[in-house]
Amino acid sequence: MTTRLSPRTELRNFALLLAAGLLVAALGLWAAHFMESRGHIVTGMNNQVVWGLPHVFAIFMIVSASGVLNVASVGSVFGRAVYKARAPLAGLLAMALLAGGLAVLMLDLGRPDRVIVAATHYNPTSVFAWNVLLYSGLFGTVALYLWTLMDRTMGAWNKPAGFLVFLWRFVLTTGTGLIFAFLVARQAYASALLPPLFIVLSLAWGHAIFLVVQHAMLRWNAMELHPGIQKRLKNLLGVFVLSVLYLVAAYHLTNAYFARQSAFERYLLLDGGAVTALFWLGYVGVGTLLPLALIFLPKAGGQRCVLGAALGVIVGAFSLLYVFIIGGQTYPLQIFPGYHAVSSFADGAITPYAPSLPEWALGLGGLGIAFLITLVGVRVLNFLPRDVPGQPVESN
Amino acid sequence: MSDQPDNGRRQFLSRGTAATAAVAVAPGVLLYDFARARPPAEPASSAVRWGLLIDTTRCDSGCDACVSACREENALPLPLKPTDPQWIRKVELTQEGTGRKVSLPMMCQHCAEPPCVDVCPTGASFKRADGIVLVDKHRCIGCRYCMMACPYKARSFVHEPVEDHSGATPRGQGTVESCTLCVHRVDEGRAPACVDACSREGHRALLFGNLNDPDSAISQRLRSVASVKLRADLNLDPGLSYVGL
Repeated sequence: MTTRLSPRTELRNFALLLAAGLLVAALGLWAAHFMESRGHIVTGMNNQVVWGLPHVFAIFMIVSASGVLNVASVGSVFGRAVYKARAPLAGLLAMALLAGGLAVLMLDLGRPDRVIVAATHYNPTSVFAWNVLLYSGLFGTVALYLWTLMDRTMGAWNKPAGFLVFLWRFVLTTGTGLIFAFLVARQAYASALLPPLFIVLSLAWGHAIFLVVQHAMLRWNAMELHPGIQKRLKNLLGVFVLSVLYLVAAYHLTNAYFARQSAFERYLLLDGGAVTALFWLGYVGVGTLLPLALIFLPKAGGQRCVLGAALGVIVGAFSLLYVFIIGGQTYPLQIFPGYHAVSSFADGAITPYAPSLPEWALGLGGLGIAFLITLVGVRVLNFLPRDVPGQPVESN
Repeated sequence: MSDQPDNGRRQFLSRGTAATAAVAVAPGVLLYDFARARPPAEPASSAVRWGLLIDTTRCDSGCDACVSACREENALPLPLKPTDPQWIRKVELTQEGTGRKVSLPMMCQHCAEPPCVDVCPTGASFKRADGIVLVDKHRCIGCRYCMMACPYKARSFVHEPVEDHSGATPRGQGTVESCTLCVHRVDEGRAPACVDACSREGHRALLFGNLNDPDSAISQRLRSVASVKLRADLNLDPGLSYVGL
């Protein structure tokens, strides 16, 4: 058992973390300003790879924002007290991640100064435009849900609000998957598997982030998680990791079966260099097999193992998104089936892509924003998960 | 001196004026009728659908006159980097198995069902009534979703500040752009710059015209030769067709 920090040490540590978060967020804002003033020429993006590393960070945070609400949904919709004790933290994390992800997405626009145009000129056929409503709606519904949790007079509305959040996050993650599923042009996308895949990804990634933050908060307050609760939370992560593995395998195996897609799959899984390495080492190795071992092996499953598994899932998330977003674009479009194409515009050629320093800074800056909101939120509000002693954990 | 008006002189003047007017106006009327020039105040009409027929058997692999003409017309930089815009490009194809070589120009296909227009969150990508697909540079926020959605890789993102504004179309850093089918020339009753350049070189591989007019040269040619639309499987109904693919 760790000993509780003295108030002075605690304040110093808080100030240090705050300063670190502010520095990372400031670097992100500097990168955005640099990209806006010089143009995207300072990034590694080009006319073939049009969405780069900032999109990897943004989509990771947006998808996770939905998934981090798992415990809230289980607590409020299905009435499980152990999970409901964690719902306020889940709500705060969801809003923090969504804010960080959207900040990156907006600041990576070619004209971020015109972002208001997205609200004043709305194209109803655009899934991007639908997502603008879905993202703002998640802020609203989670804020409402937190209100019903924190204000005793609103307690009666907690279950309906929890149900609304539960529905909204499924629609939102479906919407994020549809951004890619509706792209008929590129071989990596245009698949009806993507919306369900994104839902399962959100469950795994969001839960992993929740476990890491909960671990940090309990350590900070010198508290231990009840072994029964820990077991349930880690098993839940294991189920999510296996579900992701199933859908990712289905996506790649069906692609490999279609003759028109086999060359693309070969590129991703065998010949893609960094893309291939990230898939096998990053996603399959660190992001899937390692967490499964840390969760399910007979002598594993302790606090450190669960933390390691959650961190592995997060590394795997970035790897998988990089393969999906960048690998899906570096492979050339098949405009002329049956022909080998050559041009000055990279027709028929793999386009190299290397993220630049401003792209890293912008992406990490988004994480910094999410971190700052979480750090200040848990300090100001009483969001530490508190389990009632003697509560029958296994029945929940 | 007679008080009677000089009828002969009057008749001469009135007939002369009419003849002069006819001589002055007739070419304009003829030009209007031939090329469908559109007055600035009149909106584009869906009675017209502009299209191109590209005969790859006439396209010379060593010739890039169409590309140069586009660059000059729109003041585009010489493409040296993968970030430089290319509204039209030459693509060299080799058929798998047979080794047959084909050379062709590639640009926006001006689809009747353009995915770029569907996905654009702000409506900056739009299709005119006459089928020309354009980008409203004042409404584009630079999200690049249209570039992800285009199956023809027809769009470019302006990665750097624009130095040269002498082109016919406004351009701006951080926005997306593509072939406008030289809409400014089409509205004046002229053919796109690439089409004129190809004719000047003597290849006449590009035929421009109104697809809705069954008597237009392009419609007649489309009826008489076998042509294909690129990625026809997507059912986007492009305004461009290719012969010899």
